[in-house]
Amino acid sequence: MSDIATAAPSPAAAEPILTVNNIEVIYDHVILVLKGVSLAVPRGGIVAILGANGAGKTTTLKAISNLLRAERGEVTKGSIVFEGEQVQSMSANALVRRGCIQVMEGRRCFAHLTVEENLMTGAFTRRDSSSDIARDLEMVYTYFPRLRERRSSQAGYTSGGEQQMTAIGRALMSRPKMILLDEPSMGLAPQLVEEIFEIVKKLNDEQQVSFLLAEQNTNIALRYAEYGYILESGRIVLDGEAKALRENEDVKEFYLGVGGEGRRSFKSVKHYKRRKRWLS
Amino acid sequence: MDLLGRIFVKPFQDMAAAPDFLIQVVWEGLVSGTLYALIALGFVLIYKSSRIFNFAQGIMVVFAALTLVGLHQMGVPALLALPMTLVVMFFLAVAIERLVLRPLVNQPDIILFMATIGITLFLIGFGETIFGGETKRMITRELYIPAGSTIFEPFGGFVAIEHLDLTALVAAILLVTSLLVFLNKTRIGRAIRALGDDHQAALSVGISLSMIWVVVWFIAGIIALVTGIAWGARAGVSFALEIIALKALPVLLLGGLESVAGAIIGGLAIGVLEKLFEIYWGQPLMGGGTETWFAFVFALIVLLFRPQGLFGERIIERV
Repeated sequence: MSDIATAAPSPAAAEPILTVNNIEVIYDHVILVLKGVSLAVPRGGIVAILGANGAGKTTTLKAISNLLRAERGEVTKGSIVFEGEQVQSMSANALVRRGCIQVMEGRRCFAHLTVEENLMTGAFTRRDSSSDIARDLEMVYTYFPRLRERRSSQAGYTSGGEQQMTAIGRALMSRPKMILLDEPSMGLAPQLVEEIFEIVKKLNDEQQVSFLLAEQNTNIALRYAEYGYILESGRIVLDGEAKALRENEDVKEFYLGVGGEGRRSFKSVKHYKRRKRWLS
Repeated sequence: MDLLGRIFVKPFQDMAAAPDFLIQVVWEGLVSGTLYALIALGFVLIYKSSRIFNFAQGIMVVFAALTLVGLHQMGVPALLALPMTLVVMFFLAVAIERLVLRPLVNQPDIILFMATIGITLFLIGFGETIFGGETKRMITRELYIPAGSTIFEPFGGFVAIEHLDLTALVAAILLVTSLLVFLNKTRIGRAIRALGDDHQAALSVGISLSMIWVVVWFIAGIIALVTGIAWGARAGVSFALEIIALKALPVLLLGGLESVAGAIIGGLAIGVLEKLFEIYWGQPLMGGGTETWFAFVFALIVLLFRPQGLFGERIIERV
């Protein structure tokens, strides 16, 4: 069994906080969405999962955070190890308590709750004193000063950027060791996207939160992440240091929109077929 | 012309002629409206937190009242039977979560709705087996609920206010206030509202569904007990009580399935309007008996103009 752990492509850093070993995900008992995905996130790292629509980024994150079951999805093969513990059969609630929380795609704030109430829901699983929670609320407000101004407005009426901040702040309130961040750039102005990623970087530096983020915006994701995995139709087709990926000709062509000589016909577009072989 | 006069003029002349009687009618409407509101509130809470239309709310009223009276008949002192009934309602909530909701999680809404019909049938059978099916007297005196009435004399007439009704009203107000405080000020209350807004997101921040469901069904049980005591005191405790739960349906249509305020205002409005209609229009024009259908027709008319109900939660949408 120890082979499985070594089989995972491990980034340079030694001890991963999260390892995903060759997982397969099936929705509704029939639809195979992930066909053996493996990845690892080093402690204190920022790792990006890249890929187009429907490649399986969100499914990968939800498989880790155990939100799949709510959508009738199921991890049928492989294992997920967080902090040295198998977590694939845990409830989302138990996982949040262990320090791994997901910020879902599209913000998903509680529209009828105020911004501050939204943040406080993130502390649901915490058992420590209310003064500790109040201190963390203060910390969230120092990272997101704009939320302090909007603290008593209904989250449904705040702007997209504020909602994204609320969603990240809400996750922070659970005192996570790791945040699974799904598509933080979605629907936001480029400047705001930059701002959100700056804060992610800062949280990573100052709070030692590890991040696994799923992004379509390959460009920005590879600037902030240290390591990247490229997902296509439920398989990882390429992975490497962010810098190496940025230089990679294929990545440039398919995901960064540079390179190639002018317009090309669809026929000549090449698809990755490289499949990794795993032991399990 | 005469008919129009009897519809549009005469009733109001009657009201003006005997204001004390009008007050009496409105008061009685308010009291039954309070009970409709309470039942509707039970529906709203469960619907908000789990998207389940809980058909069993009505039978829970009967079951709670039956348990209370039944325990007393078995020789448990009334003041001990009350907390014991609460314990029974708590275990009922746990059992429903474990045996019905958890196995059916993520199934289509209609399946869960059917499951609540199953719960209804089970509770009817179970209650009847244990406590018997005959109509029982509610143990109001043993619970120190005051009997008798106070008489006011406004405008030279008189209005009688039953202490029983007054107690029911006060209890309902206390219950609703504490519920609102609970929903707005506590960790679990916040989680219940969050769950109502976005199920998946609530899961993602680690809110535990099973825990919230037990809490919500237990609250519905407490509400059922209060309603059961109040209604049982007026009409006796029997399975016929279940019918009043049907009255909660027009209240829900009127108030919107998701609004706590809507349930309360809708309940009071239906209670008062159906009494007024019965006394001033129903009896003189149609020979009475309008209370059984008025609420439904009224809700139907409202729905024609406001499909989301009078107080349906405002849908906040932004992109």
